[in-house]
Amino acid sequence: MEATAEGQQHPISIYLKIWLLLFVLSTLSYLVDVLGFESYLRWGLILTFMFLKAGFIIAIFMHMAWERLALAYAILCPPLCLLVLISLMAIEAEYTFFTRLLFFSQ
Amino acid sequence: MSDIGSTTGAVLAEGMPGIVDDWSADKEAFQVPWGKAMMWIFLLSDTFIFSCFLTSYMNVRMSTTVPWPNPSEVFALTIFGNHMPLILIAIMTFILISSSGTMAMAVNFGYRKDRVKTAVLMLATAAFGLSFVGMQAFEWTKLIVEEGVRPWGNPMGAAQFGSCFFMITGFHGLHVSAGVIYLSVIAFKVYRGDYDKSNNYEAVEIAGLYWHFVDLVWVFIFAFFYLW
Repeated sequence: MEATAEGQQHPISIYLKIWLLLFVLSTLSYLVDVLGFESYLRWGLILTFMFLKAGFIIAIFMHMAWERLALAYAILCPPLCLLVLISLMAIEAEYTFFTRLLFFSQ
Repeated sequence: MSDIGSTTGAVLAEGMPGIVDDWSADKEAFQVPWGKAMMWIFLLSDTFIFSCFLTSYMNVRMSTTVPWPNPSEVFALTIFGNHMPLILIAIMTFILISSSGTMAMAVNFGYRKDRVKTAVLMLATAAFGLSFVGMQAFEWTKLIVEEGVRPWGNPMGAAQFGSCFFMITGFHGLHVSAGVIYLSVIAFKVYRGDYDKSNNYEAVEIAGLYWHFVDLVWVFIFAFFYLW
């Protein structure tokens, strides 16, 4: 399996396998809701299945696993900045929440 | 000016040709077709847009003192007398994954220069996308007409639920709709034999990147908005 100048050529079977895998992972994440898991177990499972699905789509369907590292890093690293945004917004949300609790209880 | 050029011995063009030279001459960083690199960079920017929506959704959901409506119940349907939580969303998820599967196969057949199979698989992908948008229209109608959800409030809990829902799923639905048109155009060009003439099926893979990204975004929306 080589990414050549001709483009990305891989056997069909790998796509079918990933397709099946994505179906299984989606079913599992749907089952998290059906079975009514709560709290950290629920969130942990949701995130696990989400990242697995996202990883397989990017790596195999979008061929990132076979691209040159220069491209992969240029595309996959910048979104890490979002962790800063998410952290800041989470702190902000906590603050707003407690301010509201104080304010609405008066 | 030409100071830098004179030290290296090269003559630098001025004005518009200079801009083009500076951005293109012997400085290729990505060893892929330019269309593919550009599509990836567009998708990167789109990642930030969707992340902003999802982050703001996180922010308002964490900060509200009113209980958040339970998505499992809001999106439940009664089919043949069975009450099924979140069933429509699950079906939409499977449809979108299937469309990604057919798209991946289309890219593969494209590189094998199988004109007809590529076009058919791309049209199948577009058809899956169309049915996804149809289900989304059904879901929106149900929520607006039957449940009374509005961007500024709803009878089930936190007012921010509606604005987040319409913003996030609306923007995603817009991407799916645009993708259906995009795929149809490329499928038509494939069928007409444009890429046989140029002997280059890159356009199919680039369209595929866009479509897989739409599926990718749905993975995150499904996890954070519907399941959380």
